Order: sequence, then C-alpha cells, then structure tokens
Amino acid sequence: MKKLMKGNEAIAEAAVRGGCRAFFGYPITPQNEIPEYLSRRMPEVGGVFIQAESEVSAINMVYGAAGAGARAMTSSSSPGISLKQEGISYISGAELPCVIVNIVRAGPGLGGILPAQSDYFQSVKGGGHGDYHMLVFAPESVQEAVDLIYNAFDKADQYRSPVMILGDGMLGQIMEAVEIPPMKDPTTFPKKEWATDGTGVGEGRRIVNSLYIEPDVLEKVNQKLAATYAEMAANETAYEAYKTDDAEVVLTAYGTVARICKSAVNMLRAKGVKAGLLRPITLYPFPSDAIAKVAAEPQVKRFLTVELSMGQMVEDVRLAVNGAKPVDFYGRTGGCVMSPEDVMNVILEKEGK
Amino acid sequence: MATVFKKSKMLTDTKFHYCPGCTHGIAHRLVAEALEELGCEGKTIGIAPVGCSVFAYNYFNCDMQQVAHGRAPAAATGAKRVHPDKVVFAYQGDGDLASIGTAEIVHAAARGENITVIFINNAIYGMTGGQMAPTTLLGQKTTTSQYGRTVPLNGNPIKVCEMLSTLDGPSYIARCSLADPASVLKAKKAIIKGFKNQLEGKGFTLIELLSTCPTNMGLTPLAALDYVKNDMSKIFPLGVFKDIDAIK
Repeated sequence: MKKLMKGNEAIAEAAVRGGCRAFFGYPITPQNEIPEYLSRRMPEVGGVFIQAESEVSAINMVYGAAGAGARAMTSSSSPGISLKQEGISYISGAELPCVIVNIVRAGPGLGGILPAQSDYFQSVKGGGHGDYHMLVFAPESVQEAVDLIYNAFDKADQYRSPVMILGDGMLGQIMEAVEIPPMKDPTTFPKKEWATDGTGVGEGRRIVNSLYIEPDVLEKVNQKLAATYAEMAANETAYEAYKTDDAEVVLTAYGTVARICKSAVNMLRAKGVKAGLLRPITLYPFPSDAIAKVAAEPQVKRFLTVELSMGQMVEDVRLAVNGAKPVDFYGRTGGCVMSPEDVMNVILEKEGK
Repeated sequence: MATVFKKSKMLTDTKFHYCPGCTHGIAHRLVAEALEELGCEGKTIGIAPVGCSVFAYNYFNCDMQQVAHGRAPAAATGAKRVHPDKVVFAYQGDGDLASIGTAEIVHAAARGENITVIFINNAIYGMTGGQMAPTTLLGQKTTTSQYGRTVPLNGNPIKVCEMLSTLDGPSYIARCSLADPASVLKAKKAIIKGFKNQLEGKGFTLIELLSTCPTNMGLTPLAALDYVKNDMSKIFPLGVFKDIDAIK
C-alpha cells in the first residue's frame, strides 16, 4: 500500500529496510528529517544512531562502524558533504562499504538552503583527494530514491565502496505517495570476513587501512580500485530514455530537474517539436555510451543539458557526444528553479520558433 | 631454563620501526600486556592514528583500523557502538589528539564513549620532522618554533587530562610517564584500570603517557628521558585527574 511521505523520511525508512543499522549525522538544512527520523527509528530495530559533533566526525564514525562490519550511513547537505570529503577518500582507500546521502543545497560557501545540483563535480569526480570514485545515484522522485537506497547497501557491500544518493532540497522536502519495500533480513547479508569485528588474532586478524607506503603497492591498489570502477560501469550504469526514439532535440537532465524536462518534452511535442530526454540515473558511472548512441542518430539535431548549476554535468555530456552534435546548456542557480515553460522556450529559441 | 620475561601475545612478531630511545615501544608493550592480562585476546579492536604510531596496526595482535588524522575517537565510537561487547582502544599522539583531533576527543569523552584512549604526549610532531605540537613546552625549540615557543605567538601548551577531566563523561583519566621503570609500572596499572573500566561498562577512559622523541628533541635517549622527568612533568604533572570509583 502506498503511503504519503516526505522525501527525507522515506529515504530514512528505506535505508532501514535495506539493512542500515548504524547512522551518524549532523544537523544541516534541508536534510534534517533524515537524522530526526532515524533517531526515533534506529532504537526500534536495534540499530545505532549518533548525532556527531561535526560532519567530519560523522563520516569517521561511519568509517569505524563500516570497518567493523556494520551497514552504516550518513546524510548531509552540500557544505556538510564538503566536510566529509576527507573521510570519503579514506573510506574509498580502505574499501569500506557505506551509503552517503547528499540532499544538495545551493552553494558555494554557506550558499542557501534551496535546491541545487551544484555538487555534481564533487560527487562524481572525487571530491576528496586521490584517484577514487563511487556509485552516485540521482533519483528523480521519492519512490526512486526509496528504491535506490533500499539496494544501495547491497551495492556498497558488493563493490566494497561508498555509494552516494544525490538528491536535492526538492526531493528531500517534497511529499509523494510511495511504496516502501519490506524489511530485508540482516541474517541473509553476506558475511564480511575482512571486517574488524574484534575476533581477529594472529594470521586471522583484520586490518582496515588506506596507507600503502610502498609506491608499487599503492599503484596496485589504485589499479584494483580502477578495476572495481570498470566493473561498476559494466554492471550498474543506469539511465532512462524518455521519448528519444524519434527525437530531434534531446534534453539531458538528472534528478528532479529531469521531471521538469519531461513536462517540457511533452509541451514541445504538443507544439510540433520532436523532443526527448535522456536522464542519467547513475551519474557515476555516467551513461556515456547511451548518450553517444543517441548523438549518432541522424535525426538528432542538438542537445540541451539542463541543470540547477552553472554547468557541471554538461561537461560529461559533451565528452560523450564528442562533437557529433551541438550541446547547449541551460541552468538556474542559487535555489532558483526553472519551469517547464522556461526549458521549452530555450529550445524554441534554438529552433528559431 | 625458566622464562622470566616474554613478549606479550597481544603483540605481533613484526619489528617496531621506532627510533632508538623512543618510548612508543614501551607504550605498545604496556597496552599489549594489559589487554592480555585482562583476557582481551580475540575481542579487541584497535584504532591507529596518523603520526609515528601510524603503523601500530602492524604491531598489535588484534583487529586494527588505521584512520584519518585526529579522527581515531570518532572511528572508535563507530566500531564500539556496533560491537559494544568488544574492547576498543584508540592510540593517538599529541598532534593527532590535541591539535587536529580536539573536537573528536572532547566529544567522545563528553559522550562517555566506552572506549580507552592511549595518549602519547612527547611534546613534538615526530613523523613529520619535529614541528611544534599543541603540547610543546614554552621555550622549546622545534622546526616550526625555531626561536622557542612563546605565548604571544603560539599560546600555551594544552593540558589534555586537566581539560577532559572537567567533563562528566569520562570514568578515568590519568597522566603517567614512561621516563623510568617505576613510572612505567605505574603507567601499566593505569592502562589496566582504563581497560578494566571499559570492560565494566563504566565509560570513557584516557591514559596520557609522557614520552620521548630523542630524534626530534635533539637529545640522546637518556637526556630525552631526563627532559620528560625534569621539564615536561612540571608542565604536565603526573596523577589521576578523574576516577569515578574514587569519588564514592
């Protein structure tokens, strides 16, 4: 049965259903309902909830708990995610599974508290130091956020890597009807032989570590991580193609902006412009092949990437299109959100209509 | 022949990398012996810092995590909360704990987090090459206080035990020295007390160990021990700063 839930609370509940039993957070708008909800929910399922002294501490508590074998998670919003970058780099280096939710707000600096997509670079290019990436999911609806985080802990365990759910203030604050999946049984989760659960002695002891002082050893670690990312690209790349089959104008957008663009596609089609939308669901790995394939279609005239930023994902779209067709950009920032009409008018202008 | 001394089984066979005269080796041995004597083999998670003891994960014969600079109390919190039945300790130096990691140590102590922290205070950054530490003494020359530490420029050394003992969370806070055999024996008792409190669920314990760094102090091992005894101990007096059992 569907239930009307706020995005943040639905994300929190779906995390619990997906097996999360350790949450460490710090207050920041617009994601506060996640820690608030979990402070109530975790004790009900025998889980751990701590409001940490800072985002830095929260992500390092995740490191400790994930390193000790727990399904651990933190959530924050942009300035807080910046503070977590050190920890995310260490978590990646130590190959620890965890889930990080970023309910993005407008930046830079303290910025504002309204929705934005200006953390794309930070999320997909490795916001911290070193050669690392993580799976980055960009849900467009509360239901999709629920479905993605529900399985995110399995993905994190599978790849021994952090997984990010990249939402925005709209997704966090909107209320939508959602189907919450059933509780996963923690006893069915794969055993983590590498985890420092305290039982290790002698040959059997476990070390969670990201320090490799020998250069050739560290290079091998980087190569191993790269192989993991290649595996993610092969198995996890996800996107939605919306009315792209006969499209002459292809919009690319992710998350909540993709929903605005779907409305724009329909309005454009009503005006006789064959528009479509290619929506990356995973921002890392990026669906470059799918975009390149669309770009190669002879009827496709142009792309327009629409973002709540000054133009971040558009760089990856351009790399994927690789000059085959022009790629334009339209963005709003600061918490300002474009309407479907705005998107439609940009296209109509480009089409000379 | 009777065995009169042997290495604790809570230490691995890996050779220490520490400099001659450094007291990290003694500190490691005391921690290992305390864990062994309390029957913690196979039920311990150690957290190694960034600093000279970054490789502590190679030496302690238990599950170990190496974590980011200053964040050991946070990582220890995460590990302890998901394994409350295990013994969790963090091993940190003065730069790690009293400079970059002040928020983490203060709040772990304030929460009364049921972990044990071994705090090595040698008044200097060892691994990076002898820079000024938060615990460097006034007048002490380091590679970043080449005219000697002064109050107007650098402020006063931080007294961690005194500061943390004002909080309600800790169950036991003590400062010991590794500068002579009698002090070492006292330090071991304090470390055992710390782990015992954790096993009894009494909450946060911290044992500060005044230590040497002959290499970066520019002193012989013996002169470095004298420096701990004669100079450091004046600014960082030895003793028990908090003991919830003693208050009763």
